[in-house]
Amino acid sequence: MSAASRRNPFPVNWPARVAWVALAAYTVYAASLFQLTWTRFLTGIDNGAKFLDRMFPPLLGKWDLLWVGMSESVEIALIASALGVVLSVPVGLLAARNLMPGWVTWLARGLIALCRSFHPMIVAILFVKSVGFGALAGIMALVVSSIGFIAKLFAEAIEEISLKQVEAVRATGAGFANVLIMGVIPQVLARFIGFATYQIDSNLRNSTMVGIVGGGGIGATLFTAFQRFDYDFVLTILITIIALIMVGEIVSGWMRRTFQ
Amino acid sequence: MSAAPAAASIAREWQRFTPRQRLTRYAFYLFAVAALMQSLRSVEIIPEFLEDMPEQVADLFTRMWPIDWNYYPTTVHAALVETLHIATLGTILSLALAFPVGIMAARNIVRWPAVQLFAKFILVSSRSVNSLVWALLFVAVFGPGALAGTLAIAFRSIGFVGKLLGEALEEAHRGPVEALTAAGAPPASVFLKAYWPQVQPSFWSIALFRLDINIRESAVLGLVGAGGIGTALDDALSLLYWDQVAMTLLTIFAVVIVAEIAVTYIRSRIL
Repeated sequence: MSAASRRNPFPVNWPARVAWVALAAYTVYAASLFQLTWTRFLTGIDNGAKFLDRMFPPLLGKWDLLWVGMSESVEIALIASALGVVLSVPVGLLAARNLMPGWVTWLARGLIALCRSFHPMIVAILFVKSVGFGALAGIMALVVSSIGFIAKLFAEAIEEISLKQVEAVRATGAGFANVLIMGVIPQVLARFIGFATYQIDSNLRNSTMVGIVGGGGIGATLFTAFQRFDYDFVLTILITIIALIMVGEIVSGWMRRTFQ
Repeated sequence: MSAAPAAASIAREWQRFTPRQRLTRYAFYLFAVAALMQSLRSVEIIPEFLEDMPEQVADLFTRMWPIDWNYYPTTVHAALVETLHIATLGTILSLALAFPVGIMAARNIVRWPAVQLFAKFILVSSRSVNSLVWALLFVAVFGPGALAGTLAIAFRSIGFVGKLLGEALEEAHRGPVEALTAAGAPPASVFLKAYWPQVQPSFWSIALFRLDINIRESAVLGLVGAGGIGTALDDALSLLYWDQVAMTLLTIFAVVIVAEIAVTYIRSRIL
């Protein structure tokens, strides 16, 4: 037998092995920080059983409370998506480095980074302070997060377009607006619709949550029910939210198929 | 063929969409505009509040301005470390939990439709419940604190990690798998030496991507009592100490930016 044939085909990868051990050590250390002990786990399971026991059967009485909250959530999501999509177009165009001068893109990129860096809930807190409790704060918070997401991806999509078509349109003597409409938009429209429908789903999810901090919608009802230990009503609200999100995904899937 | 229909087909006006496609589009426009109009009519917006906004924003900034730097060493730092632990431990836990689910969801590995349906059910239910709702549930079960936050992050991430891992496994090449099976390797070895090396880069990339998202999400879990920097934010907010709120927000901003840069850098190195 030659040396080559006796060589282990699967040699031990020592750096990888050390990294796995380090990961395991970190996990044990972090778990110990959170007092994740067996007894606590057992108490938790016990609590969980009681919790589930109080959740079932779901409470079916408070239809008007549920209806008011859910319809406000849907309204927040729809208005915020419409405004967010409309505002993302100019912001995204301004942030595209192949269309705009450098200083404009930096301004637009700064705006996008600012919109992206905070969770919608934190933005909602700031808007609740600025415009008071209610749906308006939730709408504004979701508009901000929509701009952060759609405009960023839209700008990246524009930067990837082929410039040949843009040059061809420009060579016919078209103005800037015509170059955008005939040369740029047709190349990125399908992707823009993809980002927009994704963000509509995301807005629908978040619109059910902004109420926790006073931004309107079902979130306030949900949080109050939790704090009052009305777990059976909590379950009703959760089932309704999940059903709403699934319906939203079906509708946005339909929208994507229609327009792409 | 007579000349008349040919002439008609030349003269015919070309259209991009079939009548059916156009009809669906118009139906959609109608539906969207109607839904938007209905929302705008029934949503409760108080115009006085909107007029008041510039004044309130100015007030917000004057209250925030001399940022309370002292809040960082006393409270924010410990809360920040807790947030990072919640995000990391939650991500590790979700990877461990999502691994079997991802394998069950991969159509080329598991061939029983019932198992795939079960995996799909886990993935969908994990994703459709918001992380704040998961946090509320775990606070009710384990009491307020970082443990509830960690479990919330982990359960929320299963859907995301499991779905992407399942897709990565489905894209793995058959070659190594068939070679090892032909050599008589048991299923565990086939997985470890044929599938794992192929999905490993995308696995770590998914893990880092989710870690980035989880750092953002774990910053707000404290609002519902699940520990982390959100607790410091919530305390400062309920006491209306806006200078401390500003300090906390600044910290969150810095951490999110640093995390995004670090994750982008590491991803570009491993992919």
